[in-house]
Amino acid sequence: MRYNERELLSLARQPAEKAAEVLMRLPKKGSVLKKRLVKLVVNFLFYFRTDEAEPIGALLLEQCRIIKEEENVFSISFVEEPERKYCFECDSEEQCQEWIEALKRASYEFMRRSLIFYRNEIQKMTGKDPLEQYGISEEARFQLETRKQ
Amino acid sequence: MKLNERSVAHYATCDSPADHAGFLRKRVERHHHHAHHHHATSYQRRWFVLKGNLLFYFEEKESREPVGLVVLEGCTVELCEAAEEFAFAIRFDDAGARAYVLVADGQAAMEAWVKALSRASFDYMRLVVRELEKQLEEASKTLAACHKSPRRSSSSSRKRHLSNPALLPLQEKPDILENGYSTWGSGGGVPGGAACPDRDGGHVKPPPLPPRRRSAAGSTTGSPVPGLSPAMTESPVSPETACFSKLHSWYGQEIAVLRREWQERQKRGHP
Repeated sequence: MRYNERELLSLARQPAEKAAEVLMRLPKKGSVLKKRLVKLVVNFLFYFRTDEAEPIGALLLEQCRIIKEEENVFSISFVEEPERKYCFECDSEEQCQEWIEALKRASYEFMRRSLIFYRNEIQKMTGKDPLEQYGISEEARFQLETRKQ
Repeated sequence: MKLNERSVAHYATCDSPADHAGFLRKRVERHHHHAHHHHATSYQRRWFVLKGNLLFYFEEKESREPVGLVVLEGCTVELCEAAEEFAFAIRFDDAGARAYVLVADGQAAMEAWVKALSRASFDYMRLVVRELEKQLEEASKTLAACHKSPRRSSSSSRKRHLSNPALLPLQEKPDILENGYSTWGSGGGVPGGAACPDRDGGHVKPPPLPPRRRSAAGSTTGSPVPGLSPAMTESPVSPETACFSKLHSWYGQEIAVLRREWQERQKRGHP
């Protein structure tokens, strides 16, 4: 599958929502934990060798599961392959929890659900659709009907 | 750079709803090493699917895997003065980046695509979510402010409380859209810890909304540190404030036009 790698690399250079040095292990068999810089930008998690400017990889954070594993450790896996886990070991339990929370909220789909929720709540409270003033109430991405996960 | 392509391809074809889809002709880009080479411009018809900030394209509508992906974050979408009618281009800021030139079947299709793609960024979605968070908070406060007690905490903790309970349950419970209301307490009230203790039953007609703060989303951040810190509801910290002010003025114009139209419709519909 082709993709605009150049733009993705450019995205990796943007200021991150969250960045840290952690130990990371790929789902490949026999992989070991390696020190990496991980950087969360929009719905991508980039990972770098700690002394390099260009990421070695990127994970799109849609349709993924963020799971607390053992102490200081969480994993990211994808719904179609739940056994393949990217593991991350943090410096502390606190850091681990922060990352879990941040990553759970990092998907476009999550934001969409939040938006629909807020829209619905505001509408219930005020009787008005808050999106109307922006003229975007009809857009497909903001619709209130139940969406399949 | 590696990408979790299998998962990305799965996202493209899974049953999460697409924000837009349709056939477009995509201009084939040839790499010119010598400026004077001329190749006839050709186009390939592809099935395009927009999901979030990702534009996928497939050889056929029924194809099981996309042939390509355009990550749309940071792009601009423009009408194109190509030889083709109904052409538009997706461009990126990066000097030397190629543009994606796409051709729609007609005027309406072109406009629909341009509109959908212009609003596809994660940043835009985030902006709207933050704005709604603010509005929800205002509406809650207005409802709860039966007593004018100025317990108006400006600390982030109160606001965080507002945003966190909303966000956590959404992730944990997939059917939160139906159940979510009940986790916020009965009768459309204010969530748990931040609730005004004198909240009234919630079934009283709410007072009129406070005047809209036009600059609600426009507070300058000044801070070079972007990011969704706990103060995320306080100011829309965007990694690209340049992009933000563009967005802001663009939407400002759009809002003005649409507001007028809406008001006219209201006049016609409601005397």
